[in-house]
Amino acid sequence: MSTRTDKIDALAEQAARTDSAGVSVAAAAWRRLRRNPVFLFGAAIVVAFVALALLSPWLAPYDPGERMLGDQVIRARDQIPPPQEGHPLGGDQVGRDLLSRILIGSQQTLMVGVLATLIGFTGGLVLGTLAGALGGWVDTVVMRAVDVMLSIPGLLLAVSIGALFSQPNQFTVILAVAMVQVPIFARLLRGSMLAQRHSDHVLAARALGVRQRAIVFRHMLPNSLGPVIVQSTLVLAISIIDAAALSFLGLGNPDDRIPEWGAMLGEAQKAIDSHPHLAYWPAACIIVVALGFTLMGESLREALDPKSRR
Amino acid sequence: MALLEVRDLSVVFKRKGEEPFTAVDGVSFDVEPGQTVGLVGESGCGKSVTSMAIMGLLAKRGVKVSGSAKFDGTELLTLSDKQMRDRRGQELGMVFQDPLSSLNPVISIGLQVAEVIERHRGLSRKEASVQAAELLDKVGIPDPKRRLSEYPHQLSGGMRQRALIAIALACRPRLLIADEPTTALDVTIQAQILALLAELVKETDTALIMITHDLGVVAGLCDEVNVLYGGRVVERAGRHDLFRVPRHPYTHGLLASIPRLDAPRGERLSPIRGSVADNIPWTQGCAFAPRCPNAIDTCVEVTPAMEPDPVVAGERLLRCHNPVEPADRVEQEILT
Ligand SMILES: Nc1ncnc2c1ncn2[C@@H]1O[C@H](COP(=O)(O)OP(=O)(O)O)[C@@H](O)[C@H]1O
Ligand code: SF4
Ligand SMILES: [Mg+2]
Repeated sequence: MSTRTDKIDALAEQAARTDSAGVSVAAAAWRRLRRNPVFLFGAAIVVAFVALALLSPWLAPYDPGERMLGDQVIRARDQIPPPQEGHPLGGDQVGRDLLSRILIGSQQTLMVGVLATLIGFTGGLVLGTLAGALGGWVDTVVMRAVDVMLSIPGLLLAVSIGALFSQPNQFTVILAVAMVQVPIFARLLRGSMLAQRHSDHVLAARALGVRQRAIVFRHMLPNSLGPVIVQSTLVLAISIIDAAALSFLGLGNPDDRIPEWGAMLGEAQKAIDSHPHLAYWPAACIIVVALGFTLMGESLREALDPKSRR
Repeated sequence: MALLEVRDLSVVFKRKGEEPFTAVDGVSFDVEPGQTVGLVGESGCGKSVTSMAIMGLLAKRGVKVSGSAKFDGTELLTLSDKQMRDRRGQELGMVFQDPLSSLNPVISIGLQVAEVIERHRGLSRKEASVQAAELLDKVGIPDPKRRLSEYPHQLSGGMRQRALIAIALACRPRLLIADEPTTALDVTIQAQILALLAELVKETDTALIMITHDLGVVAGLCDEVNVLYGGRVVERAGRHDLFRVPRHPYTHGLLASIPRLDAPRGERLSPIRGSVADNIPWTQGCAFAPRCPNAIDTCVEVTPAMEPDPVVAGERLLRCHNPVEPADRVEQEILT
């Protein structure tokens, strides 16, 4: 089908290869990664972002919901508080401290990304394990559904699902973004489970009379998780962008006291001609963070892919 | 009645849109308790498929297994999946070629040994671990208690194969199948592993099927040898008889192609010419004919049958129209 499914399948195949040479391949991959500047750059961004999100309540100078510069806002003349002493980035359209909102906004982004990835992973884990372990018609039905979902562009699907909820909130955003990841994880996991099914150690376990359930959960599943972890870092990047897009389109949390980069970007649209800096900051944050996760994920994928090795 | 009686075992692979491929073609042999029987032949002659068929490990779809494999009087080929699972690891053990890939990389050695004991003996994890340590000790793994918590990649190749042997023998199976157990190991380690297998098998009166392409392994271990070619047994004889008077041209070729210490210096090894790819189907005569130095016209017209050796006495069977004449003096002596 598309390059998207091809990429998923290629990653799944690596599970078996990685494993046939034992943990030493993972170790070799790690040794290469440690010297890979792209990986290090991506990882540095990710680490900085996570640290920022966790520490933001202490880093942010003010309450992001308080309209402390409200008296400087004069809507009619499009007056927005400029940078000033104590407020290096100035205020937003209703006079809240922009720096505090950007900093605290990282929390939402991290939470949405992680939760959406976890939910998507869990859904994919269940479906992929069912399909990969049971095979037969279960496999056929699950994989048909997965392929249909994969044939729709991810963002479009997320927006469609998000629009289904009449009262959008933080959780509906997460759910919409997660649903898009379910088929990716399902196909990936099923692929690596199939590769495991024909591996030597699963054959050896069968030759010992080990029960089917133990073979799936002790021998196949744990060895199938490598590529899934790689995929997770890529999915985090996609989730962050998708969630921002949903908020941007007004399908996000209606409570604007809690800052969110995508929603801030959407708000900034209204004053983009006179005050473009309101858009620059959240946009830059989204791009840098998504870039960090993507660089990290792609270099992980590359390190584990025997074809890209010299 | 022998412990394992294999009769006319055939395995045909049939994939959609492909010609059916007969990997094993009417193989018969017996294994007695405490006896070691060799299955020998070049790669691709059907040794592994034979063992997988006996163990019930072949896929259900696209594979047709026929004939009979009776274990202690019970027909294995018609048992249900569950009945077969209960016997595998318990009464039928197996050791594979590649010790690294045959172990699960993400769980500890201890758990992998304990798993099979728990499964078949119904012991608790704790009791199983105690037994696991004893087993590792028995197969010659030093400091077994510490090894229990280690992972496969932390062990050397020889230690891994010892661990696999410990796992296969954990429940004292009555039949052990070893499929090229030393092929992936260093030469120095090979001898140790073979000695270990021989010792364990003798101690417990276990029947052993030794699968190998290496006649050197056979020479040290097997009581009886079946030489396979193209999915059929072409010669069967006791170890001594086979080595002293190889009668089938294929066996002769295999023997001539192993390095010997007593060979005159500078003498070249003489490998069998051609490859397995040159086979003709058994239905059209002798499959070995295209590579056989002894081939005569009959060979491509009539399929040779497995018959008692017409010239050399003793319990041996042969599938050949024009066997190699027993040549030198030593060999003449046992012709009587
Ligand atoms: N699952 C399978 N499907 C089709 N052909 C197979 C399969 N497994 C083995 N074969 C074929 O059967 C023949 C015998 O294989 P095998 O028993 O593995 O040989 P060996 O004697 O080296 O162990 C080979 O030609 C191999 O290609
Ligand atoms: S039957 Fe003929 S071709 Fe086959 S091994 Fe004997 S002599 Fe050679
Ligand atoms: Mg083999």
